Amino acid sequence: MRVGVVTFPGTLDDQDAARAVRLAGAEAVPLWHADHDLKGVDAVFLPGGFSYGDYLRCGAISRFAPLMEELIPAAKAGLPVLGTCNGFQILCEAHLLPGALTRNAGLHYLCRDQGIRVENTATAWTGEFAEGQEIVLPIKHGEGRYVADEATLAELEGTGRVVFRYSGGNPNGSLNDIAGISNEAGNVVGLMPHPEHAVEELTGAPSVDGRGFFTSILKRLVTA
Amino acid sequence: MTVDSVKRALQTPDERLPYAELGMKEEEYLRVKEILGRRPTGSELAIYSVMWSEHCSYKSSKVHLRQFATKAPASEALLVGMGENAGVVDIGDGWAATFKIESHNHPSYVEPHQGAATGVGGIVRDIMSMGARPIAVMDSLRFGGLDQTDTRRVLPGVVEGISHYGNCLGLPNIGGEVVFDPCYIGNPLVNALCVGLLRKDQIKLATAPGPGNKVVLFGARTGADGIGGASVLASATFEDESQAKRPAVQVGDPFMEKLLIECCLELYQADVVVGIQDLGAAGVSCATTELAAKGTGGMAVDLNLVPLRDPTLRPEEILMSESQERMMAVVTPDDIAAFLAICEKWDVPATVIGEVTDSGRLVMTWDGEVIVDIPPGTAADEGPVYHRPYHEPAGQAALNAHVELARPADLGATLLQLLGSANIASREWVTSQYDRYVRGNTVLAQPADAGVLRISESMPGASETTRGIALATDGNGRYAKLDPYAGAQLALAEAYRNVAVTGATPLAVTNCLNFGSPEDPEVMWQFAEAVRGLADACKTLGVPVTGGNVSFYNQTGSAAIHPTPVVGVLGVIEDVAKRVPSGFTAEGLRVVLLGDTADEFGGSEWAHVAHGHLGGLPPQVRLEAERALANVLTTASRRGLLAGSHDLSDGGLAVALAEACLPKGIGATVSLPGEDAFVDLFSESSARALVCVEPERFAALAELCAAHEVSCYGLGETGGTTLTVENAFEIPVATLRETHRATLPAVFG
Repeated sequence: MRVGVVTFPGTLDDQDAARAVRLAGAEAVPLWHADHDLKGVDAVFLPGGFSYGDYLRCGAISRFAPLMEELIPAAKAGLPVLGTCNGFQILCEAHLLPGALTRNAGLHYLCRDQGIRVENTATAWTGEFAEGQEIVLPIKHGEGRYVADEATLAELEGTGRVVFRYSGGNPNGSLNDIAGISNEAGNVVGLMPHPEHAVEELTGAPSVDGRGFFTSILKRLVTA
Repeated sequence: MTVDSVKRALQTPDERLPYAELGMKEEEYLRVKEILGRRPTGSELAIYSVMWSEHCSYKSSKVHLRQFATKAPASEALLVGMGENAGVVDIGDGWAATFKIESHNHPSYVEPHQGAATGVGGIVRDIMSMGARPIAVMDSLRFGGLDQTDTRRVLPGVVEGISHYGNCLGLPNIGGEVVFDPCYIGNPLVNALCVGLLRKDQIKLATAPGPGNKVVLFGARTGADGIGGASVLASATFEDESQAKRPAVQVGDPFMEKLLIECCLELYQADVVVGIQDLGAAGVSCATTELAAKGTGGMAVDLNLVPLRDPTLRPEEILMSESQERMMAVVTPDDIAAFLAICEKWDVPATVIGEVTDSGRLVMTWDGEVIVDIPPGTAADEGPVYHRPYHEPAGQAALNAHVELARPADLGATLLQLLGSANIASREWVTSQYDRYVRGNTVLAQPADAGVLRISESMPGASETTRGIALATDGNGRYAKLDPYAGAQLALAEAYRNVAVTGATPLAVTNCLNFGSPEDPEVMWQFAEAVRGLADACKTLGVPVTGGNVSFYNQTGSAAIHPTPVVGVLGVIEDVAKRVPSGFTAEGLRVVLLGDTADEFGGSEWAHVAHGHLGGLPPQVRLEAERALANVLTTASRRGLLAGSHDLSDGGLAVALAEACLPKGIGATVSLPGEDAFVDLFSESSARALVCVEPERFAALAELCAAHEVSCYGLGETGGTTLTVENAFEIPVATLRETHRATLPAVFG
């Protein structure tokens, strides 16, 4: 199985994402923002960082990258895509996911180990979790407050597309405590927390709950 | 507009140049004239004024700093010592680590956000220029009193600057210090440390050999920011005009720096770099003179080729500009195309601005006229050297007099008072704004005693190793005020101990020496004593100084800060999986105190918090005991004896016990070994640590301690929801946590 890991100028967690993919037993394939080439990967991970310095809205420039011209139609056609943090912001800017991520309610960048509840296990990236499972993943962002208009929120809630919710305290003021969402088909998932920082006992967050994302997608790809 | 060319300088020998306004003394100006055999041009004066500033030339400190070399202990680990951009240490298995700490104090007072941000940027480029990949940062910060109004302006700005710049660069922030004391109210200290990793055989140096080789300026374009920053800001004391100096603070672009890091690493991998130097203080002046002085000796530069953000800049300003995110490389003509292609891939502007010559002169032209023609070594290495007078401060003996302070009856209340005090309370409000996880190699980060990083996986394609590195910074201005010789040694001892409690073996030292004005003989005495103390202690502990930085003029009017030597220690751990975590990690462990406690309260946190008193003498320095303790800790960690550990420092055993309860919310019940509970709990005697071990391993630990002549006291057992000290107090862990956590948010929101 081959999982692509995208690097934009200013992407920071690409090495972590590639390691998490490798530890799960898949091949991590580097994808470069300036290439019109998905290299035939089976799934794509858009990692976090500050692409283009986040000097405009987060993700607003990356969505126009040559690679995104390939990724957007592929995702719409069913290619599994996971975006974390800046990757989530890029997915929203690219309209693969609805809504937007705005400045944290506390106005500060916040790095902490955060309780998360898994609300939907039917997506391509969450099949190995249990419905309602409480997990711990690190968050680290300054602009992670999820907002959307009422109709969109109602639709997300009504169709089970709120995949993750913050538990034990909302860190950034996200509406409905939303930490992550999916598209209608469930192949595209975006979330602010960082599963790639919670896959090893020795390093990162004091949990290995991030492994579930990678075992989920591998299982999905094998059985697909 | 007329250019002050060499030709014009010869024609107008008597024209007066504004050397005093550039911070240059008359005798220094006369020396420049003597070197050149004529008056300098404006551009030459710009170069000499910044290169001979205190900040760049170390003219007041040099005669003392030499001790770091003359007293240096023999060390097989030291690959590159002082004098380069940063020291490099052999950490085994073919790997080397490079690390350095540097101040950005004055800019951070004027403009906290940008001052602190560019402090991070500058030290990261120093590490890059050694050929290394930067892998982590730390910050040692000092602010005025927590209750002082300006602290609420300076601290949030500094933290936000570090947070924004460091997070955006993708470097984990793994530790450091935050200290509050009214002496820093007008002179906050922002000392930034960066550590980098490289293969032992890939060290790069700042040198420009090989006539015909090209000189490339790459990274950000040059603008008006930071002009005169080095010579004006870093070498002058703030008075009322600090607002007028605002434009001298540089503005950072961390996105460009991130591109620059990845670009440089690809350049190193492609092996297309002969010599490299970052542009920091004194910008193009510093990079060209230092590269040329260490290379073949000559360089020709066409300043018109420097890409500008502001096209109206004059050559003098281009030379002095401290625009951030710039590097200068020396590249062979054969490699230049490959070099420029890699820069283009990363969208990093790169321009050939000159070439290496064998003329022995640094020659620069502007609009076809020669505006600089100097022997580069005279600017880079042969600056003035001052033997500043110094003497013990008039009030030193009175300060050191012992004053009996009333000791408390309620020791539990004293613990809570200390735990919630400005310097001991949780730093989470600060550190939660830093990314500690990025790059995925963080094994320990704050609030652990030292940051620990895994080496393998730190660079793509790197060979496997089980090794890790540990880093800690420490400093105690109050101790140094009471006795600068001992204070510097205690700072080293604490950083050394903090590295050892993680299981790592301390290897090497970097330091940032923050002092008042060197023109004040009493401050100069503090400086001389601190350097002498640190050099002596490094020798005794066998850890060489690899580099560092001096920051003078940290004073407002005649009031200087406490002398504040900040010491960083780097250690190596052979198997990083055996690192010792911080605090009590499970229930049912034996709680053990290592080391001896004496009645030592001079400069202590208790005297500061309970009495607002600073006097007497700091705790005794016991370097042999520190070394023995470190040997016990590293050996015990290697043998897997330790389940958790914590260093004893500010607030003594009581604070260490409370802090050990916090990571996992596990309490403990202990009894005290000595006769005086207050002394046992709050004394700040050095060379001590708290550890916890599985009960069946206690005997092995006790035996190891006996072999190293380290005292070992079984105090009790972990478990429960309270911290209970028999015959003293019983406090719920939840109360400890709340008291510890509440203080900073109450002030900063």
